[in-house]
Amino acid sequence: MRLFRKLLRPRSTKRKHTLFTFSATLLAATMLAGAASGIPNLSFAAETHSVSADASIGMPKHLRLLTTQQYINTIQYFFGPDIKTDVKFAPLTRTDGVLMAGTSVAGVSDAQIETYQKVANIVSNQVVDPRRRDTLFPCKPASETAADNECAGKFLNRVIDYLYFVPPPKEHVEKLVAEAGAAANRLHDFYAGVQVILESVLLSPSVLLVAEKEEPDPKRPGHMRLDAYSQASRLSLFLWNAAPDPMLRAAAIRGDLFSEKSRTRIVDAMLKSPRLEIGVRAFFDDMFGLEEMEALSKDATIYPFFLGGVAADAREQTLRTVVDQLLTKNKDYRDVYTSRETFISPALGVLYGVQTAPGWLPYEFPHDAHRAGILTQVSFLALNSHATRSSATLRGKALRELILCQKVPPPPANVDFSAIENPDPKLKTARQRLDVHRQNPVCAGCHKITDPMGLALENFDGAGRYRLVEKGATIDPSGSLDGKIFTDVDGLGQAVHDSPALPTCLVRRAFSYATAGVLPVSSEPVLAQLNKKFAADSYRLRPLLKAITLSDAFSAVSETGPKPVSPEKAASILTPNKVASNP
Amino acid sequence: MNGFSRRRVLRGMLDGGAITVGLPLLNSFLNGNGTAFANGAPLPVRFGLWSWGLGMSRSAFVPKKTGKDFEFPEEIESLAPLRDHINVLTNFTAFRDSEPLKGHITGWIISRTGAPPNGNNLTGETYDITIANQISRTRRFKTLTANAAASARVSFSYEDANTPNPAEYSPLQFYARLFGPEFNDPNAQDFKPSPRAMSRKSALSAVMEEMEWINKRVGAEDRARLDQYFTGLRHLEKQFDQQLTKPEPIAACHPPVSPKDSEMKLGNESPLVAQRNKMMTDLLAMAVACDQTRVINMAYADMLSNTIKPGYEKPHHTTTHEEPIDEKLGYQPNCSWFTRRCMEGFAYFVQAFANIKEGDGTLLDNMLIVADTDHGDARIHSLEDMPVLTAGRAGGKFKTGLHVDMKAAPLSRIAYTALRTMGVDVQKFGEKSNQTSDVISEILV
Repeated sequence: MRLFRKLLRPRSTKRKHTLFTFSATLLAATMLAGAASGIPNLSFAAETHSVSADASIGMPKHLRLLTTQQYINTIQYFFGPDIKTDVKFAPLTRTDGVLMAGTSVAGVSDAQIETYQKVANIVSNQVVDPRRRDTLFPCKPASETAADNECAGKFLNRVIDYLYFVPPPKEHVEKLVAEAGAAANRLHDFYAGVQVILESVLLSPSVLLVAEKEEPDPKRPGHMRLDAYSQASRLSLFLWNAAPDPMLRAAAIRGDLFSEKSRTRIVDAMLKSPRLEIGVRAFFDDMFGLEEMEALSKDATIYPFFLGGVAADAREQTLRTVVDQLLTKNKDYRDVYTSRETFISPALGVLYGVQTAPGWLPYEFPHDAHRAGILTQVSFLALNSHATRSSATLRGKALRELILCQKVPPPPANVDFSAIENPDPKLKTARQRLDVHRQNPVCAGCHKITDPMGLALENFDGAGRYRLVEKGATIDPSGSLDGKIFTDVDGLGQAVHDSPALPTCLVRRAFSYATAGVLPVSSEPVLAQLNKKFAADSYRLRPLLKAITLSDAFSAVSETGPKPVSPEKAASILTPNKVASNP
Repeated sequence: MNGFSRRRVLRGMLDGGAITVGLPLLNSFLNGNGTAFANGAPLPVRFGLWSWGLGMSRSAFVPKKTGKDFEFPEEIESLAPLRDHINVLTNFTAFRDSEPLKGHITGWIISRTGAPPNGNNLTGETYDITIANQISRTRRFKTLTANAAASARVSFSYEDANTPNPAEYSPLQFYARLFGPEFNDPNAQDFKPSPRAMSRKSALSAVMEEMEWINKRVGAEDRARLDQYFTGLRHLEKQFDQQLTKPEPIAACHPPVSPKDSEMKLGNESPLVAQRNKMMTDLLAMAVACDQTRVINMAYADMLSNTIKPGYEKPHHTTTHEEPIDEKLGYQPNCSWFTRRCMEGFAYFVQAFANIKEGDGTLLDNMLIVADTDHGDARIHSLEDMPVLTAGRAGGKFKTGLHVDMKAAPLSRIAYTALRTMGVDVQKFGEKSNQTSDVISEILV
């Protein structure tokens, strides 16, 4: 009877949803299969990407927590994009410029586990919902009001195969299936039984934790490497911002990630997958600190047009711009700071003074609009401002720290700011007010690090709107960056574009993000090699991602577990001493 | 009284087949004067922390007289009606010793841990957690953390340096967590253990076995984090147990109705912060009244508060550093405006617990609430002259109605006093200059 019903099911229509769900995976799978059968990869076939052995000290291994977005992506790749939840996990601590590094140290409170349970409950109920069950289950139960361990087993095996970062023993899955059966009989509902066990599976440490593990590397005696599961997870979390799919995991189990040739094929396929865009968005969202946009609000009496949707759209605009420039158009990373090409939504149109239509439209600012590069986008300008006014200092600091990987010392404590910031009504512009700082030698040391480039952005108010005057006085947007003098914000964009710190900072952040940790001192030779490679590839993102993921250091584990560098010491061209000696 | 007798309720429960019968918190089960259970066990004392950012204006905050009968200066005048419930403690010092001063971070971390931060990190758990581990582990929630700042990032309760207790910032979501379908109403007419909860518990236990092989993959340095995960799962298991158990009736427990979507507004304008403070307070008060937790933690705003005074150019934090002192008043007027709104928020918080009857008195009588901040004078990031407010009589252990000048004593003394009062048997609290073994005897009975 069951078989009969199964045969009668119009598979083509009923499985449409599942096919869609798996389409990205299938695409990747096809590519992997293609690569394995010898079909050459078009774009990167000619490139070789081995970073030499002396730069392969290895990184620490980590016990990582999935981020909210990684969890949701993983769930949606498997169960479909219409599975929705707005629950957020506990915020992470940004370490050495990278939020992802927080996943390797963050603890788990009881309240956090409750949050996992809440998401797991919401997701599992959506999966067994009558509108979805027919497409998401590979079978139908003999009876909907009782246990069917065969069908529940088929379903759970698939789920566990996909979601668990290491396959569990067979007996364990059988036990979970038996639990589903017992629950189904107790609740007189097959799907309720599966929901109950699925909920527990979805909050399991096997799903939410990635326990990276090392093993001896047979190719380099005396050295350790990540085991196959850990490598698959690290690759997938970095490039796709999700747990590995079954194809990648299967390839890892076969040992494909240990051979340079097959590893290259797998990475190439991953770089071509549509999921790369998701991964790249997550990386730049992290690097630019855009998660702060969620809590961004402006004083409604001063910026009445800066409504709730504006911050979300501004974040989206920057991510769309980055993906368009770096993936779609395969442009030089540095162009992101000078390009006038972007996307506009109706909510942003008001701020930019641009005519719009519903939805997102590509848009190129005119030459004289002074909107070139992402520093002139609302996300950067509004985020690095106060709720009530712009801040040249915050913008300069963000440019230094987030984008150029330089450290700006914190303001000294016990300084009576009101003595200097006491608003003299004669001081109309930010430049005039900040000039007062420079008369105070204690302040001057740091403010000269941040202000000369921040002041070039003063033509944008605290919400990111263009302006020529402040309180009736004309704004002077001239400035300098590390000795380069410019007259306006277009000059700033060019100076940032030309700064040698710009590409090396991206490399540093990407490598730290990829390995989910603060970089140890021993990573400097690897970074140097990657910098060289990035320059040789004309600062294109895909080759950089490829070089990182194929580097020995990405998959090697340091035996000694080097101590992380303290954030203060890392990558500062302006050492604290230099500043401190300038009181 | 109300138609109940101890015998009748107990018999009714057993006839109904309830599995466990605990001691209910019905007034009819209390002793003659309502301060203890009939069998002599005292009513539980509950603990709360409340925080506001950016200190105070000395000349507008610190009462002139000490002891009883002090006047409430203008910055804290909203607390005057609560005189009999609170204490005003002034002139504490937080010692940073050789650590650098991290503005707005150092002060609250010393207040909550007794040691200055290492970098930006805490060196241990905050003392509300020490108390919660002692008195609240058996509850549905070991602790509840909330803020009126509409941000998940604003939490001053930490299990350790890397484990903040995430804050509830949406009243709607907080309501769902507290009083949604998984709330086991202690006063419900009929109780049937849910077969669903039974199955969920069983499924969870099966999944917990996975800990064993994950443990094998994890090095010693990460074992503690894995243990946390396991403890969290155990906590879920216990929550299921509680759902399967007939709860003890609690006279004071009256679950509120869900907040409305329309009342929920994000934004930092002062009236919105005040509104969220009220909504979160009401939920916290009822969560305590219903004995869902015995330790709570509420933040009015971030220490670096970005609360906005509508029409005024600068948010609270910027104001503290940039507003000139009004020579006639002797303080920064707009800055003081912000602190007054915080004090109104605390007044609402205290009153909410005072409004709930428990025994012969109120829930507040059986609580100790401590309110702290990050600075004395935030304008210059001062760690001297720091104020603390307390509320409640801690089940008869605390005096109230006093202003005490602490004469530059370590701020850690309030934490130590709270720990001792809440029954945590510690001999000292804090590190180096912050280390203390002195309770504040002026406010103890």
